[in-house]
Amino acid sequence: MTFDARYFDIGRLDRLSYGNSFVHRLDPRAKVIATILFLFTVVSFPKYEVAGLAPFFLFPALLLTGGAIPVRFMLRKILIVSPFAVFIGIFNPLLDAQTAVVLCGFAVSAGWLSFLSIMLKFALTVSAALLLIATTSFPGICHALRRLGVPALFVSQLLFLYRYLFVLMEEAMRIIRAREMRSFGSHGAGMKTFVRLLGILFLRTMDRAERIYYAMLSRGFQGDIPTLKRSHIALPDLLFLSVMIVSLGVFRFFPVAEGIGRVVQELF
Amino acid sequence: MSHHIVAFQDVSFLYPDGTEALRGINFRITHGESVGIVGANGAGKSTLLQHMNGYLLPTTGTITIGDLPLNKKTRQEIRKKVGIVFQNPDDQLFMPTVFDDIAFGPLNLGMDEATVRKRVHDTLAMVNSLALQDKPPHHLSSGQKSAVAIAAVMAMEPDILAMDEPASNLDPRSRRSLITLLKTFKHSKIIASHDLDLILDVCERCIVIGSGTIVADGPAVEILSNQKFLEENNLELPLSLQRRPIGPVGN
Repeated sequence: MTFDARYFDIGRLDRLSYGNSFVHRLDPRAKVIATILFLFTVVSFPKYEVAGLAPFFLFPALLLTGGAIPVRFMLRKILIVSPFAVFIGIFNPLLDAQTAVVLCGFAVSAGWLSFLSIMLKFALTVSAALLLIATTSFPGICHALRRLGVPALFVSQLLFLYRYLFVLMEEAMRIIRAREMRSFGSHGAGMKTFVRLLGILFLRTMDRAERIYYAMLSRGFQGDIPTLKRSHIALPDLLFLSVMIVSLGVFRFFPVAEGIGRVVQELF
Repeated sequence: MSHHIVAFQDVSFLYPDGTEALRGINFRITHGESVGIVGANGAGKSTLLQHMNGYLLPTTGTITIGDLPLNKKTRQEIRKKVGIVFQNPDDQLFMPTVFDDIAFGPLNLGMDEATVRKRVHDTLAMVNSLALQDKPPHHLSSGQKSAVAIAAVMAMEPDILAMDEPASNLDPRSRRSLITLLKTFKHSKIIASHDLDLILDVCERCIVIGSGTIVADGPAVEILSNQKFLEENNLELPLSLQRRPIGPVGN
């Protein structure tokens, strides 16, 4: 993927978050709390758990549909980061070769089970985080964090990161384009130019930081970034949150997958 | 009222690297005046503007804004009086949404929530950008960014408005609406620009700087129609004064 394509890909996730669906309209605080609870519940399962994790895919599936988020786009995002999880779990089948279950005549070792469990947990947690970002505007998340008690300094760092990520990327894109235009397919003399290019980017960023600080001072900045309340917890938010809590609890402490299996067995 | 004055007395400024950016600047801008500051690249226009609200302090000389002499102690107070609009709106719009950005100044002035919301609404309405309220700045066009940057400064209701190249990123139509907008402001206005037509349209007075000193100060119409003088200072006649009649000259 070229630099431009990558850039617009990030832009796409950002644009998705300004949609207007039921999921988008929920209070950011409700969504942040629900996501955090979801993450903890998923991670709290023991290391050989596979069946118990399956019902949790219901949540991302529902949010994906409710928020009108393109499935392929999300899957691709999850695939991009999957190598990290694969490398964490890949040695489990070798180190933990004890047979755990016999499935259709094949002995499945405990290592494979824990590897599968890691991959499921990974897919669940990453998709939950991505969905939160895709259905909630970043400023919304920051305000939610601030009002949930995260320190102001930390939140303003996040806000600046978001605001200037795009400006900085455009700056880098212009420099890279200028190099491409005059390097005629030869990658612009390689590493040496690249290092200088980074240097220029760094200097420009310093200058910009100076100007931004000047702009802040000009408008009375004295060390704290004040913001106004922008949302109120309403009935749908409370409803969403309580449904989430109840169903997370049920999925965590009752063998839902097993239950469904039994019902199906009895039917036939 | 006489207290919205800006007075520079013998102001000189040396950058830390020894560059002498301003030398013996003297002028006095009274309430409600609109003044254009023109000059070649590197003449000292931006440095001059950065003195207006105390981002830079003069090496020698004194600056008086209203009744306050500018120094380290008074500059917070002075920043409430002088609003500066920057050349690059990306430097000025640092908050994640348009609403937050415009609310930033008023909130720092300690206003309550209802007043802040009203301010944001009123200033956005003034620059015809109410629809942009919840957008993040990186989704705006340059013209929209400029309009919002002006609104962000106007929301603090400054007595004096200073602008650095306000029209440099604008398409002709946005530039025209900016000019119309500027004409409606009753504030003292100080506009540094290379856009001589804009100065001619908006300002009645014009100060020309060259290598850090004032080379001319007088009515804009007079100075900006003096072709010989302008060309001596790396400038030229405003385009609107350059039009020549087609066909034989004379009547």
